Amino acid sequence: MRTSAPARVGQYTALLAYLVFLAFPFLWLLSTAFKPPRELGSLHPTWIPKDPTLDNFRQAFDEQPLLHAALNSLVAALAAAVVAVLIATPMAYVVARRRTRLAKAVTGWVVVSQAFPFVLLIIPLFLVLKNLRMINSVPGLVLVYVVWALPFALWMLAGYVRAVPPELEEAAAVDGAGRVRTLVSVTAPLLAPGIVATGLFAFITAWNEFFFALVLLKTPEKQTLPVVLTHFIGAEGVADLGPLAAAAFLATLPSLVVFAIIQRRITGGMLTGAVKS
Amino acid sequence: MRARLPALALVLLLLLAGCSSGGTRDDGRITLRFQSLAWQEESVEANKALVKEWNATHPDIRVEYVQGSWDSVHDQLLTAFEGGEAPDIIHDASDDLADFAYGGYLADLTDLLPARLKSDIPRRSWETTTFGDGVYGVPFLQEPRVLIANAKWLRQSGVRIPTPEKPWSWAEFRRITERLSGRGKYGIAWPLKEPVSATLNLSLSTGGQLFHRGANGKVTVRFGEADQVVPRTIHAQAGTDGSASPTTLGSGGSDTLPGFFGGRYAMVPLGFSYRQQIVQQAPKGFDWQVLPAPAGAGGLTQGVSPQTLSVAEDCPHKKEAAAFIDFLLRPPNMVRLALGDWMLPTGRQALSDPALRTSEHGWATGTALAEHLRPAPAQTVRGYPEWKDKVATPALQEYYSGAIGLGALRERLEEDGNLVLARYQR
Repeated sequence: MRTSAPARVGQYTALLAYLVFLAFPFLWLLSTAFKPPRELGSLHPTWIPKDPTLDNFRQAFDEQPLLHAALNSLVAALAAAVVAVLIATPMAYVVARRRTRLAKAVTGWVVVSQAFPFVLLIIPLFLVLKNLRMINSVPGLVLVYVVWALPFALWMLAGYVRAVPPELEEAAAVDGAGRVRTLVSVTAPLLAPGIVATGLFAFITAWNEFFFALVLLKTPEKQTLPVVLTHFIGAEGVADLGPLAAAAFLATLPSLVVFAIIQRRITGGMLTGAVKS
Repeated sequence: MRARLPALALVLLLLLAGCSSGGTRDDGRITLRFQSLAWQEESVEANKALVKEWNATHPDIRVEYVQGSWDSVHDQLLTAFEGGEAPDIIHDASDDLADFAYGGYLADLTDLLPARLKSDIPRRSWETTTFGDGVYGVPFLQEPRVLIANAKWLRQSGVRIPTPEKPWSWAEFRRITERLSGRGKYGIAWPLKEPVSATLNLSLSTGGQLFHRGANGKVTVRFGEADQVVPRTIHAQAGTDGSASPTTLGSGGSDTLPGFFGGRYAMVPLGFSYRQQIVQQAPKGFDWQVLPAPAGAGGLTQGVSPQTLSVAEDCPHKKEAAAFIDFLLRPPNMVRLALGDWMLPTGRQALSDPALRTSEHGWATGTALAEHLRPAPAQTVRGYPEWKDKVATPALQEYYSGAIGLGALRERLEEDGNLVLARYQR
């Protein structure tokens, strides 16, 4: 279908406006991070700070252990992503390939779980982790993140598995490849983009998570970045805006980079199998 | 936030596994965890310095400083209490304590605190942490709502400048804000994103009570004449007089500061601790001052929910935890904490410290208001959070914006409100 030149201009203008709308919070955060306190209280704020300063970054690092918290976040998010993918991949294969009642039940369970009230989980989860002596430990947090990310990872990966034609596996079997060899040599390479996308999705989810980390991690040296960021916020939402913006800007960067890498794959994963060939 | 059924399944499986419970934290000497919600740089420094001083002089009772967060503190503590992993010494606000106290999570401090501390803090402050027969927290910092004013604007207008000894009445306040308004400028900017606590707390100055406890102990809402003075004034300023900026009615306190610094509003009613932000953010040469909130039949009285220190019921060393609280709240230390948070101490001795009596940054005006501070009206009313969120907040927001009149406001606060409260008092 061909579109006329004015229509194309209109489309690109709308797209540009949408991109500006999406970028606004991040650009505002960036601008705020470099503003001195007196510019934060200005009635006529400017995009580019008149008197840019690094004081907010200095204060943020002085007041809170940001690097240590970022390291904790990185360890928890990476571990959660790897473990979630390792568990979800074989599960997704079974769900996608075996049209049994069990597979259908698992799929239904995943769908239902999306609507389950989160707040009901936290106290029993806390008790379990306490009994496992995993409160205030990064492995405990990773366990929670894996459980948290698993349903969506399973759902996403199942879409990728369905997109791999079963005929390829049957052809490999005809050529004499066993089940394991077929999975490793034929199916796994085709699933690789989906596995990476799913892993990165789990990473971002864990990187941004706040409430589990707040509840489960008690000592400052274990806390993750989202928890440490709230230390710049006081009662009734009053905030130390400059250092908060500086710290939040730094915390946002990894997510943005990762998301920039995976966004096409996520979209592909969600749409895979949507249309019958 | 998403939730996951598989997580529940995992939880149940692991519960069935029946793992053993945690042991004691002690390793020969006592270790207490102190979760502080201090967040401003000076306040965190003061808290950490005091913990360090305690540890240096008490080698057998070590205190660990744990940084908490005001964000989600209630849910975080509730989970920790349920899991038996709560901090030993807990920093919170008095209006958050009722559920924890009635739930049996906090220790009754009645017999644990020394007479010095009990007598230093006035009875009216203790009332904010007294639930039933027990005392479940030590109120130590509080802040009145004050008017932060553009001093130059007020001087040039020639209006009478109020003092704690001779404050404005609510009627005078309305006349003055009207006089200060015009040509796109406003006498006042009310930040009423959270309209309930502001309205209720200030209504004590006009004799408002709203919540009435009957002989049977049950609480009912009555929105009488005295309760109506403050909301009617705000409503008139925003709607009739045009002396209150209509755009800030849905804003938080910090949101009004740019307009205040930019000369759009002559005054903003804010918590006393906002002075720190004003000192940081005000343009060079900006002349501001602290004025008392208007007074009515009840004088300068207003409601507050002080910051508190409590001890967890599960703490195995309550006596030692109380001793640490006593140390933290010795008059000189209370002064350090108050200065760090830009708030007022509850203790009488701390309040008399010259550092808090200086006219700089309006400290003297604040300390003069301290004796007029009373427990926020809803402190001990069970069901108040639901009444506030489901009934009072939307009703007051609609009233202030002009969407409904006083009759409809009264109907909703009383009829809808009493239905909510009744559910909690069966």
